[in-house]
Amino acid sequence: MSPQWIAVIGTSALAFTLKYLGHSVPASWLSHPRIQRINTLIPIVLLTALVSVNAVTTKTKIVFDHRMAGLSVAIIALLLKAPFPVIVAGAAVGSAIAYHFNY
Amino acid sequence: MSVKRDSFSLSFAVGAYGTAFGAASVTAHFTVLQSCLLSMLTFSGASQFAVIGVLGAGGSAISGIATATLLGSRNALYGLRMAPILRVRGLKRIVAAQVTIDESTAIATAQKDEADQVTGFWHTGFGVFVFWNIFTLLGALGAKAIGNPSAWGLDAAVPAAFIGLVWPRLVDRKSRLIAGAAVVLSLALVPIAPAGVPIITTAVLAIIVGWRA
Repeated sequence: MSPQWIAVIGTSALAFTLKYLGHSVPASWLSHPRIQRINTLIPIVLLTALVSVNAVTTKTKIVFDHRMAGLSVAIIALLLKAPFPVIVAGAAVGSAIAYHFNY
Repeated sequence: MSVKRDSFSLSFAVGAYGTAFGAASVTAHFTVLQSCLLSMLTFSGASQFAVIGVLGAGGSAISGIATATLLGSRNALYGLRMAPILRVRGLKRIVAAQVTIDESTAIATAQKDEADQVTGFWHTGFGVFVFWNIFTLLGALGAKAIGNPSAWGLDAAVPAAFIGLVWPRLVDRKSRLIAGAAVVLSLALVPIAPAGVPIITTAVLAIIVGWRA
């Protein structure tokens, strides 16, 4: 089985387990303030790490290329409070233009 | 009834992001079928982007699954919040669990009236599910037709999607500081750790900071 298939099945099974667990366990199990705090911070660190790794790395090297142009457009769009599709599409356009100019 | 209208418009708007996921997923070397199955079965945007983001960057299936699962842990807390409102058992609880996501919980908990909370949850949950899956398929087919993803900027669409997801969470000094620390830690690990590991390791930052206060 390819890593992609393992990832699809594993992610889906665990995602459902977490959702179902929430509906089934006593409220006191997950309402500890420490768990709530960690749970707020986890998406922040993981999503930020995913931004950096996907934007400026290729395999095990740090590479600044056309993707930086796309990311800059995304950040400008976010500062202008643009909706999500505009952010993603704007990044794609910015990156594509830089790519064609060989950055 | 306004809760149904709100549910519909949110469902359509959020579902349309499925295009970005489908395209990103195919760009990260997942097949169209695998992309659609992720949207149907995982059905949690950030987790889906995470698993394709980790594998697309060369990470192993295990680190992809672990990152996606940590990101999906908030859905357990949503379930906890929705259970006393929905009060469902058996098959209905299984269906409710699957559509317990950011949007269905947000719409439900924004309603004052208890009947509206239940209506909002189901309408948004099903609405997002339908549109998210339709648009995933369209995005995946579109990206497959395109060929070289870099020429169309799709390789930048992935980090852009992540920054769009994290931006609204950077609400105070503490969250911005920890985000900055996550950038430094993940990039410092890239040259020395296997792909995928630099991402999941940043969870340690969340645990240390969240543990202490």
